[in-house]
Amino acid sequence: MPKALVYVTFKAGVLDPQGEAVRGALSSLGFKGVNDVRVGKFIEIELEDTDDILADLERMCQDLLANPVIEDYRIEMADESANGKRR
Amino acid sequence: MQFAVIVFPGSNCDHDCYHAVKDVLKQPVRFVWHKETSLGDAEVVILPGGFSYGDYLRAGAISRFSPIMRAVTAHAREGRPLLGICNGFQCLTESGLLPGALKRNESLRFVCDDVWLKCETSRTPFTCGIEPEEILKMTIAHGEGNYFCDSETLATLEENDQIVFRYVNAEGDVNPKSNPNGSMENIAGICNLQGNVVGLMPHPERSCDSLLGGEDGLRMFMSVVRKVVSS
Repeated sequence: MPKALVYVTFKAGVLDPQGEAVRGALSSLGFKGVNDVRVGKFIEIELEDTDDILADLERMCQDLLANPVIEDYRIEMADESANGKRR
Repeated sequence: MQFAVIVFPGSNCDHDCYHAVKDVLKQPVRFVWHKETSLGDAEVVILPGGFSYGDYLRAGAISRFSPIMRAVTAHAREGRPLLGICNGFQCLTESGLLPGALKRNESLRFVCDDVWLKCETSRTPFTCGIEPEEILKMTIAHGEGNYFCDSETLATLEENDQIVFRYVNAEGDVNPKSNPNGSMENIAGICNLQGNVVGLMPHPERSCDSLLGGEDGLRMFMSVVRKVVSS
């Protein structure tokens, strides 16, 4: 069964206070040169294989998984041929 | 005048709203479970605070798919009074009944405090008994009340008199220090273009009794009663 990987992050220009806090923590750990950190969401979706799968995923993101006012999303399909068989 | 308080799984200010309307305002009110499909004869609808659906995904993101929201949307489209408080406000932005979004507080902390609010407009049914520039005291209790919208939307809100409340200090000054959550332009509450749908992060229902620290929130409920009776 195909698996989609959906990444949701704040849009560029929308302040991400959580990312900012993580950036500060990384700096205090001694990691220099960490300029920006964005914290987002990662969603895995297993779904039936259909012709409309990408269009459906697009709509899922638009209508529910992301809030288009503040968030961007990216959809990837997991590699189905890994280990020579469908996962 | 019949009020309806919508109850989602995870609502936790529903009883506060019920008490404010029934015992303080002395108006009939009933709970409407989110699985219901009709608001009956309700003239005023309140989406209460809380954590509907556990704030899963985003605050207010799932509750907008509850069956009752179809009737709530129709109620709003007919121009009738709809108030979203805290999580109710988040639900209104998620469902597109109000513009913008509520992000995590800039401090990343849940803030529970009394705040001062400046009323910016008397044109909504919930503020018609409050003068513009009047300063009210109410309570906030939220982790995601950081109002955000793009600059075009912000300009539209200003232009159309859609900003209802701003966070201020006791003197009425709008400044970063009086902003508890990082909201753009210290926005605490907004309305739709028509003015009948109002959303705010502060809790007017918890400021209806001097025993509990103040009665300023009652002004919003008295406003809507006056508005509906006179129309």
